[in-house]
Amino acid sequence: MMQRMTTSPRTRLLLATITTTALLAGCNAGAGSDPESTGSGTQGADGGTATDDGTGSTGSGTAAPGGSDETVRVGLVAEPASLDFTTTDGAAIPQLLLDNVYETLVTVDADSGEIVPALAEEWEVSEDRLTYTFTLKDGVTFSDGSEFTAEDAVFSLERVKSDAWTISLKAQLDVVDTVEAPDDGTVVITLSQPSNRFLYALTTRVGAMFDTEGVDDLANTPVGTGPYLFTDWQRGSRITLERNEDYHGDVPYFSDVEMHYFRDANALNNAMLTDAIDVVSTVQAPESLVEFEGGDYQIVEGTTNGEVVLSMNQTEGMPLADPLVRQAVRHAIDHQALMDTCWAGRGTLIGSMAPPTDPWYEDRTGDYPFDPEQAQSLLAEAGAEGTALRLRIPTLPYAVSCGTVVESMLEEAGFDVTVDELEFPSAWLETVFTSKDFDMSIVAHVEPRDMASVFGNPDYYTTYGTEEIQALLEEADTGTEEEQVSKMQEAAALISEDAAADFLFLLPNLMVADLDITGLPENAIKESFDLSSLARG
Amino acid sequence: MILRLLQRLVVLVTSLVVASLVVFGFMRVLPGDPARVALGVNASDAAVAQLREQFGLDRPVPVQYLDWVGGLLTLDPGIEFVSRAAIGPQIADRLQVTLWLVVASMVLALVIALPVGLWMAVRHRHWDGVVLSALSQVGVAVPAFLAGIVLISVFAVRLRWVPSGGWVVPAQDPVGFLQRLALPTLSLALVQAAVLARYIRSAVLDVLREDYLRTARAKGLRPVQALVRHGLRNAAVPVVTVLGLQLATLLIGAVVIERVFVIPGLGSLLLDSVAKRELLTVQAVVMVLVVAVLVINFVVDLLYLVIDPRLRTGAR
Repeated sequence: MMQRMTTSPRTRLLLATITTTALLAGCNAGAGSDPESTGSGTQGADGGTATDDGTGSTGSGTAAPGGSDETVRVGLVAEPASLDFTTTDGAAIPQLLLDNVYETLVTVDADSGEIVPALAEEWEVSEDRLTYTFTLKDGVTFSDGSEFTAEDAVFSLERVKSDAWTISLKAQLDVVDTVEAPDDGTVVITLSQPSNRFLYALTTRVGAMFDTEGVDDLANTPVGTGPYLFTDWQRGSRITLERNEDYHGDVPYFSDVEMHYFRDANALNNAMLTDAIDVVSTVQAPESLVEFEGGDYQIVEGTTNGEVVLSMNQTEGMPLADPLVRQAVRHAIDHQALMDTCWAGRGTLIGSMAPPTDPWYEDRTGDYPFDPEQAQSLLAEAGAEGTALRLRIPTLPYAVSCGTVVESMLEEAGFDVTVDELEFPSAWLETVFTSKDFDMSIVAHVEPRDMASVFGNPDYYTTYGTEEIQALLEEADTGTEEEQVSKMQEAAALISEDAAADFLFLLPNLMVADLDITGLPENAIKESFDLSSLARG
Repeated sequence: MILRLLQRLVVLVTSLVVASLVVFGFMRVLPGDPARVALGVNASDAAVAQLREQFGLDRPVPVQYLDWVGGLLTLDPGIEFVSRAAIGPQIADRLQVTLWLVVASMVLALVIALPVGLWMAVRHRHWDGVVLSALSQVGVAVPAFLAGIVLISVFAVRLRWVPSGGWVVPAQDPVGFLQRLALPTLSLALVQAAVLARYIRSAVLDVLREDYLRTARAKGLRPVQALVRHGLRNAAVPVVTVLGLQLATLLIGAVVIERVFVIPGLGSLLLDSVAKRELLTVQAVVMVLVVAVLVINFVVDLLYLVIDPRLRTGAR
């Protein structure tokens, strides 16, 4: 487990489209300063009730029996780089394919956050919590017509552990020792040590079930068991899915789904305003929400897993290696004012690395109340008045707008801050993530339950990962479920107390949709955007 | 004449070689290992090394260059690092889109600018000439993207006459195609027309002051007759120069408009590919643009010869 944590640096970065102003800057500077968007902050979830801004009605998210022949058009900000999430990184791919085209043995219920059956009807965990026995659902077929059996499940999970998967997220299944199929309908997974994270990992992309015969051209031809089939990709503009008429579960309402990808936040809003799309999956410029207020549209507002982290380089010899200086930084920031200024007040203040939808969430915003005087006296105590800090931020909307606010708040408290905007992803990755040539940065970590991957590894760019936190995270993973919750709470408290980073706010799940669209998730807590729950009516 | 043509051809080929060197070299000094960026943050080092090897990024730079040029000459620029999609067909698709946009806006710009420019020149001492001239000055100052945003908010968002953006293939849906072409074309053309009209105005004004036009008037031709018979051809030389420059600007400058109107053109492909460090795609797109610009210049040079016989004899 420790091994896994130290060798698998991973993160999900919130990538976003550029606004028109950023676009123009990009064009003036030649083609070089355009941020990539291979991922998106909000990963939709299934089921869920949609808070309806206009009429107050809520949708149940269940599809009409038999389904309709209607098409739903969803506007998104991040086009996938490829359709193969086994070798290509980026949140946009599982957002599109997971739960829609590919399915997993178990999945997360979007409302309760509980792990519920999917392709496995039920499962049993042995007394020593090392052996998981899954009973597979009958009559499930892949889109190429072949039957889904235990052989496919063994193939899929063993494939994650082979060299065929190259993304480092595959390390989530390092704890798996053996996968066996005693008969066609049963899969037995043995772990090398008890792990609370294991079952949750199976709900993410590493748990996706592939056809033994269907992995030849994953980048262009996905073969899965899901409610939708991939049909067409017009690169640069849209991807089309059609309903899988042989789906083994409830037939989805919409017969076709068009995912329209927009690089520009204004263009996305305009498309919604002119009825070129039916749903905006992520509002990129929260201040633009006013355009949709007034009853013509429903606005869904909830939480995500995207913690906007002010990371601090604690490498020996750097100014922020001193805990007093880091604590001064945390006291110097007025989080509510910051969120109001740079994200139109939309979002949630968290105080540590756990969103409210995690079972171990505790409100830690009181740990470091806004107190510039306290910050100044901490600085004086550390003998670090006027410390020069380089705030090196990626060229992403939230980072750019929050960067200047952080700068002015820290200067107020007696720091000397220089802001550098680095082109995202390339320049930022190289300078901050790989070379660690920075004092502070601002990045949203949007992967679900990513406390261990972001703060449990001293080699990661956050440079925290003390032995104490590693021990706590290890105990949380191998202990009982109750221990998991209490240890994770302790870990979150320790991260906050040590000022391993500052937690600016949690990105909101902001969606806009036609009034009659139902089944939109209030909180985006999954890697996927579950399309089968969408309906009109 | 032949000599002059050969001269121009040598310039064309030399420019191409130099451009290819610059494009190739520049992409290699940009920060960020292309293989690392292409695979993303979560990629393992082994995967990055494998990609580098697979695409020959670990070979000596001159070998990579020659290999790349060879691919271009055979019109096969290869496949992308991540999506594994062939680059050639993508460029062909995107080029079609951009060409529609550029040609449509150039034609529209000419249709507007020719009469307006002539009118401004002929009536330059009258109130209507002055008003038009002032308006064109404003037009020159307005950036195309701003025109685009204003047009969207009026005609798409408020009036709902046309969609705010997107693209359809003309063969599939001709009406939808024209609807989606209208606003971006208009926003590009209005600005281009303003620039063009001002050039036409000054070119024609220059010609109007020439001795030979006074002579023509002295022969008894009316002003417009004199201008059409003796003036236009002379005024055309500077205008064709500007036209060539504008066409080149449009081809590249359309990228802003493509973003505003969500049009999957060549410029969008270029921007996306730079961000994703899809080296091969970027290089191929830039080379296509370079070739286009050089060819436009070449054609403009040829047009000079057609328009102005003095240049033809001068070269002999």
